[in-house]
Amino acid sequence: MQDVISLGVGEPDFVTPWSIRESCVYGLERGYTSYTANRGMPELRNEISRHFVRRHEVEYNPDTEILVTVGVSEALDIALRAIINPGDEVLIPEPCYVSYQACTTFAGGVPVPVPAKIENEFRITPEELQPFLTTKTKAILIGYPNNPTGAIMEREDLQKIADFAEQNDLIVISDEIYGDLTYKGVHECFAALPKMKDRTILLNGFSKAYAMTGWRIGYALGNPDVIGAMTKIHQYTMLCAPITAQLAAVEALRHGEKYMKKMVAEYDRRRKLIYDGFKKLGMDSFEPGGAFYIFPNITSSGLTSEEFAEKLIMSEHVALVPGTAFGKSGAGHVRCSYATGIEKISEALKRIEHFLTKLH
Amino acid sequence: MKEILEILEKNARISIGEIAAMLQKSEYEIENEIRRLEKEKIILSYNTLINRELLGEDIVTAIIEINLTPQREVGFDAIAEKIYRFDEVRTVYLMSGNFDLLVIIEGKSLKEISHFVATRLATIEGVTQTRSHFMLKAYKKDGITIENEEEDRRQVISP
Ligand SMILES: Cc1ncc(COP(=O)(O)O)c(C=O)c1O
Repeated sequence: MQDVISLGVGEPDFVTPWSIRESCVYGLERGYTSYTANRGMPELRNEISRHFVRRHEVEYNPDTEILVTVGVSEALDIALRAIINPGDEVLIPEPCYVSYQACTTFAGGVPVPVPAKIENEFRITPEELQPFLTTKTKAILIGYPNNPTGAIMEREDLQKIADFAEQNDLIVISDEIYGDLTYKGVHECFAALPKMKDRTILLNGFSKAYAMTGWRIGYALGNPDVIGAMTKIHQYTMLCAPITAQLAAVEALRHGEKYMKKMVAEYDRRRKLIYDGFKKLGMDSFEPGGAFYIFPNITSSGLTSEEFAEKLIMSEHVALVPGTAFGKSGAGHVRCSYATGIEKISEALKRIEHFLTKLH
Repeated sequence: MKEILEILEKNARISIGEIAAMLQKSEYEIENEIRRLEKEKIILSYNTLINRELLGEDIVTAIIEINLTPQREVGFDAIAEKIYRFDEVRTVYLMSGNFDLLVIIEGKSLKEISHFVATRLATIEGVTQTRSHFMLKAYKKDGITIENEEEDRRQVISP
């Protein structure tokens, strides 16, 4: 199919900033081709530690509380494997990233999806979690800013989840990979909430903020026990994250912020443009506060989200992802990524408008 | 205001409506702001960056370093003005270092440019020396890479 515009891509359209790429090339030239420590290069763990002190005033010991992984993907997998006993339940607000439920199942756990509501801008509340709580509930797995909804949780929202976790003695896995891509206010780190550092497994990485998806590099932060257990799995299954990517990640943390901020400013403009566009098309959506997705409601088209996505690609050559890919509660929505150029976003909106007028 | 400039600098053809949406302002406000920026000459012009090589047009670009004897009262400004008034002259900068003015000239041929430098620039009073460098290839101009090979390599759909 020709001239497809894709709003279906879950990764940045930018390439990794040159200075980051160059530091990896330089490392290769000097012969950095070996394994690293299982937990990751000390330089990188130190930079990660410093970053969290600077940004969120929460301190992690680089020797015992930080594990460098092959993306958040690996971190998520081994976090669940480290904490789950067979049959343990994990509360997972939905719609959510596609791996959450699958990885829980792989780890022998039982994913318990908890629908978040659009009326509440897809934030999750303790009242919504409460009915799903059982004696088997072990953890809650949250990801804000959220893929696919673009929802963010403000400090008060997170504090309520923190209190809920405390009352019910739950571990919180917080996937904050989109944290730097927060447009309304600043990103609140879950582990930085009072008393939460110990019960949180914080996952983050470089894929989204630094446009480094293909490098495969991320990290997990948590108490020494859980990071120790995760390190055991990691050392036998992965050994270590690629040294090339670790070198690049060090550069990203040391000097990458200005490039990241530029990309964030650009996403923000696109976000406002696409939000305005859907509003004008009469497709309901709340204004997303983070990540690079918008999750408009398409029920007024009379189509299901799968039908909508399929008909749109066939007739207008615009690709997007049906909301149901992110769980049952994504029904009636589609996920549009605005990690694409302004011209393409404008053109896609025109085509969607054409599509909608033909439907009626 | 800074954001409007950032947007326009990247794409001067973008519509007022799009800028308004991106900045969450009304079109009226944006239009007024742009008019003000134009009036105050913060926005000087809206240019198009052309890849002349693809156009097949033979254009020669030369960068000329010029040394001057500064003049009483006006310093370098009066001489600079004499130079920038020529249509052939595209750019003039006052520089620190081994020379005073950096001048960029476009012409149809080496011969034409050499002739222009020898007869029009070198002869201006106060110009003590000129050194011409001819440009062979443009790789990047005003932040735009000329032959960009970094195409979109992403999958059409990814999670
Ligand atoms: C919410 C979320 N978590 C994790 C990932 C995977 O990230 P990584 O590239 O670090 O494995 C993605 C990628 O799309 C994501 O959207």
